[in-house]
Amino acid sequence: MSATTAPGHTETGKKLLLKGNELMVRAAIEAGCRFFAGYPITPQNEVPEYMSQLMPKVGGTFVQAESEIAAINMIFGASAAGARCMTSSSSPGISLKQEGISYIASAELPCVIANVQRGGPGLGNIRASQADYFQAVKGGGHGDYRLIVLAPASLDELQDLTMNAFDYADYYRNPVMILADGLLGQMAEPVDARPYEPILELPEKDFVLDGCKGREARVIKTLFLRPPKALVTHNMRLQKKYETIASELQLCENVQTDDAELVIAAYGMTARIAKGAVDMARQAGMKVGLIRPITLWPFPGPAFMEVAGTAKKLLVVEMSSGQFIEDVKLATECNIPVEFLGMGGGWYPTPENIFEKISAIYDK
Amino acid sequence: MEFKKPTSLLDVPTHYCPGCGHGIVQRLVGEVIDELGIREKTIGTAPVGCAVLLYDYFDCDIIECSHGRSPAVATGIKRVLPDRVVFTYQGDGDLAAIGTAETIHVANRGENITIIFVNNAIYGMTGGQMAPTTITGQRTTTTQEGRGQNQEGPPLKVCELLASLDGVTYLERVAVSTPKDIMRAKKAVKKAFQNQIDEKGFSLVEVLSMCPTDWKVSSTAAVDFVNNEMKEVFPLGVFKDEK
Ligand SMILES: Cc1ncc(C[n+]2csc(CCOP(=O)(O)OP(=O)(O)O)c2C)c(N)n1
Ligand code: SF4
Repeated sequence: MSATTAPGHTETGKKLLLKGNELMVRAAIEAGCRFFAGYPITPQNEVPEYMSQLMPKVGGTFVQAESEIAAINMIFGASAAGARCMTSSSSPGISLKQEGISYIASAELPCVIANVQRGGPGLGNIRASQADYFQAVKGGGHGDYRLIVLAPASLDELQDLTMNAFDYADYYRNPVMILADGLLGQMAEPVDARPYEPILELPEKDFVLDGCKGREARVIKTLFLRPPKALVTHNMRLQKKYETIASELQLCENVQTDDAELVIAAYGMTARIAKGAVDMARQAGMKVGLIRPITLWPFPGPAFMEVAGTAKKLLVVEMSSGQFIEDVKLATECNIPVEFLGMGGGWYPTPENIFEKISAIYDK
Repeated sequence: MEFKKPTSLLDVPTHYCPGCGHGIVQRLVGEVIDELGIREKTIGTAPVGCAVLLYDYFDCDIIECSHGRSPAVATGIKRVLPDRVVFTYQGDGDLAAIGTAETIHVANRGENITIIFVNNAIYGMTGGQMAPTTITGQRTTTTQEGRGQNQEGPPLKVCELLASLDGVTYLERVAVSTPKDIMRAKKAVKKAFQNQIDEKGFSLVEVLSMCPTDWKVSSTAAVDFVNNEMKEVFPLGVFKDEK
């Protein structure tokens, strides 16, 4: 078990058996995260709990904040002070963080935010869900900004993407969201411990507020009043950055899409479940594949367009009443029919559910 | 005596209205930062309120925070850089309404930071609405008949409230409405910063301050309002001083 191995001293090949939430903590600390602030909410409680255990061992800071609002603003400060930092929550708590996220995005401060989604709207329930897709991908907070949104579909990938998230955040100076769900957070499976290696050449943090010794005083702000066009200029710069990210960072997995007549589009845990349905369909002689975006923003549009050029039909499966499907239709310009299987409120599909749907629409 | 601008303040005109207390408070903070020789290791937070442009006036690192959240932001900075000096500068709406939870918890955690709390009994920046510290009977744009007619409750007394928290080290209420008050205020501000340097924990100085514009009175009448009305409701003095 990893709890006894101090992160930062991981030997390659070491086996870990942790819950998703705990693995995320371990990967974050391994990647140099040294500040965490969060507030309890199911199904992500293991994140602050495990953080509170591990952070002191590496000289980092854990703060149980008085609210998610306070937590995200602590992250705003910790990032401005130069730390690799992270907060996590689940759906209602992520809603509370939105103002802070907008500020962080505007100030272009790097940080990682995990949303271990649960059922909504309102207090909802504590079952897994993917109903925060719009909030994560389309904004959530006010103003024109983008989060880099990563959707892991296994614990192995959760480990990788958690580490990579810190690199993306630093490289692009942008908040990164890990959009997980209660299933991923709560499940455990053996994973090879990955020692952290940066995947990008990281820029020097020339924005850090650590006292102006030997340099001009720095300001981090998001108010742009003067000259009158200052905010337009700021927005244009942000948009340019988002264009760069969109051109450089589109991650997508294709499973047996080459000859597929029907392609399932799904992300995160739903995609993992859908893989089982693909196998069942293939065994039944149906040419079915899967396309799985790993980055939800930027959305891997060209990969979807390519699939729409070869397949006859798409089937979107998601744990919501239909959010991700809008991006699929946009990306494929509705060139082929898009079928849907999904429901909000804590529903999740089984491979059998999906296979049944495939059987019903395959020949239609 | 020569009247010089503190090095910690930039030599620029401010946007504050004539007779506003913010300029005085800001100057006191600048002088203290100079006297303690901490400009190069100080990080300040700017609030949402009339002092939002603090960073245009201070020559030290500043981060502008969302409304009320400065104490949380300051917590993040201070925990990452414990040997730097971190202060927040907040108005009454910022600190005692929208940011009440952050204020209470930063104080109770005993974060080793300094808070300069400017109580002008009104929302200055948004044009004179009721603040949590608006005094009973005071007319504002949202209490046109005077506070107390529409179940607003009495004014919130921040020092009295925080004094009950064991995590707090130093609380003092001062004013900037007379020269004597200003000298007393400077001492308090200096102590609140010195406490942090000495790692004594959480310090907050509440400063009763003038807002002639939104009180819709002359500068002299604003001074009178602080001296005659506000000091009655918000008595000056030390509320906590843990050794
Ligand atoms: C979330 C949010 N709510 C409301 C506002 C609008 N707003 C700006 S300043 C302010 C009140 C400031 O009053 P105070 O803190 O007393 O400072 P003063 O201007 O009097 O110095 C409000 C309500 C905002 N910017 N953000
Ligand atoms: S509105 Fe009031 S608080 Fe704001 S600058 Fe003018 S006098 Fe000062």
